[in-house]
Amino acid sequence: MPSRVWLQPTAQLRPLLRHRMAKPVAFGLSLLPFFWLLYAAIFNQLGANPAEALVRATGDWSLRFLCLVLAVTPLRIISNTPTLASYRRMLGLFVYFYVVLHLLSYSWFDMGFDVADIGRDIAKRPFILVGFSAFVLLTALALTSFNRAIRALGAKRWQLLHRLVYVVAGLALLHFFWMRAGKNDFAEVVVYALILGILLGWRLIRFISKIRR
Amino acid sequence: MLIKTNRDGFCQLRNSDITDQSLYAGRRDLMKLMASGAAGAALSTWASREALAQGVSAIARPGKLASLPSVKSAVPGAVTLEKLTDYKDASSYNNFYEFGTDKSDPASNAHTLKTSPWTVEIEGLVKRPAKYTLEDLLKLSAQQERIYRLRCVEGWSMVIPWIGYSLSELIKKVEPLGSAKYVEFVTLADPKTMPGVGSRVLDWPYVEGLRLDEAMHPLTLLSFGMYGEVLPNQSGAPLRLVVPWKYGFKSGKSLVKIRFTDKQPATAWNKAAANEYGFYSNVNPNVDHPRWSQATERRIGEDGLFAKKRKTLMFNGYEAQVGQLYAGMDLKKFF
Repeated sequence: MPSRVWLQPTAQLRPLLRHRMAKPVAFGLSLLPFFWLLYAAIFNQLGANPAEALVRATGDWSLRFLCLVLAVTPLRIISNTPTLASYRRMLGLFVYFYVVLHLLSYSWFDMGFDVADIGRDIAKRPFILVGFSAFVLLTALALTSFNRAIRALGAKRWQLLHRLVYVVAGLALLHFFWMRAGKNDFAEVVVYALILGILLGWRLIRFISKIRR
Repeated sequence: MLIKTNRDGFCQLRNSDITDQSLYAGRRDLMKLMASGAAGAALSTWASREALAQGVSAIARPGKLASLPSVKSAVPGAVTLEKLTDYKDASSYNNFYEFGTDKSDPASNAHTLKTSPWTVEIEGLVKRPAKYTLEDLLKLSAQQERIYRLRCVEGWSMVIPWIGYSLSELIKKVEPLGSAKYVEFVTLADPKTMPGVGSRVLDWPYVEGLRLDEAMHPLTLLSFGMYGEVLPNQSGAPLRLVVPWKYGFKSGKSLVKIRFTDKQPATAWNKAAANEYGFYSNVNPNVDHPRWSQATERRIGEDGLFAKKRKTLMFNGYEAQVGQLYAGMDLKKFF
């Protein structure tokens, strides 16, 4: 891939990304939402309905990190910055981190950790089922995210498995859409759909043009 | 003492704070005795004032808006003894889509609402259609304080001391015709002052409705205030409906028109999603919303993060008062 003129400034970013402190900084930044929510929960800054605020915020941050991790490859290729690839696993695991917090908040604050109730809720409400399915798929990806798992599976199979993240993106969006459908309020859903649409669409176009060649 | 004031200066009433009836009665006797002169002239004015004050609201005003004096309501079921929701929560966590769909939007945006002058048109199948000014309505009947549970269809609840009088007082004045079977409530939809009215979330204006017998029920409140003061804009100033046994969205805010009809009104949420929001929308723990359970609820400000949610009561706990309105009806069908 030729690097394009309009993206040349990113060349200066490359040494920054390779700096020995770059990853710890990215790690710390990714934890900021978590620490903010923790602080807000302890110091009563979450408004009148803290449970709802936590469930929503952790869901929002799951979606945001999902967009981030899906942006890594397009950005890497368009800007010709191979270093970016080394951030992908960390961001992917942060998606899982916030998804786990999201599921925990729901199970704890909404369902009081009543496993039978949670089971019934998943069976009864399609939007919960969709969210839960996304969690199950992400669990498989998180469990196979380390190097030995890659070696054990073989690169081909591993890559195939990890393409499930595209399914997760679809499920997450549907989950969010269904949640907002109750209020007929799709402004935010549209924003995430656009971002994910661009990120997945870029892959699709690239895939098609590769086949044609 | 009835009042417990916390740091924010808002009043919270607990069961334990409520004076035992015998003590209360005894205290009044003592006061009467004092007022009758036995305790001396200097004390007597104070004592009679206190005795008089017993009939008046015991809720500390938040001190934000104009005071709206009221007397305690004698309507059965109109005064729950549960702990009041903080004024801060009740006035900052609202659904009022005309000002935005986020629950913090109404508190930040509703300052643009112009509540004076204000008129309410009464029309349709009535003998005396009329245009009432807010001032007329405020004086139409004695303002009462009623402490109602409020259950939102979203699964949370509050306890709010409203001020107003039974809607039936107004209905009696306008004399519905025999053909009137329903009452439709039309609320303000002013795109200039209400940023949410431009959105396509709902059909504007927001319309709600009740069967005439529901509207005539003494618990159905035409409310002008809460916590001893006039309503804050985000809570539906200058006047709104409060129907405590139905999900909150049935209680229209900032009313401009009350229309008597022979047909069931097409209500806003029912038009938006008929399978999710029925015309009746009585609080019912046995009939779930298609996307969530209605069996439990979270009491705002009281049920902490780690507390299990409380059970939702049939008709929001007003079954004894309103159950007979629905005798023989299939509440799963007429949800």
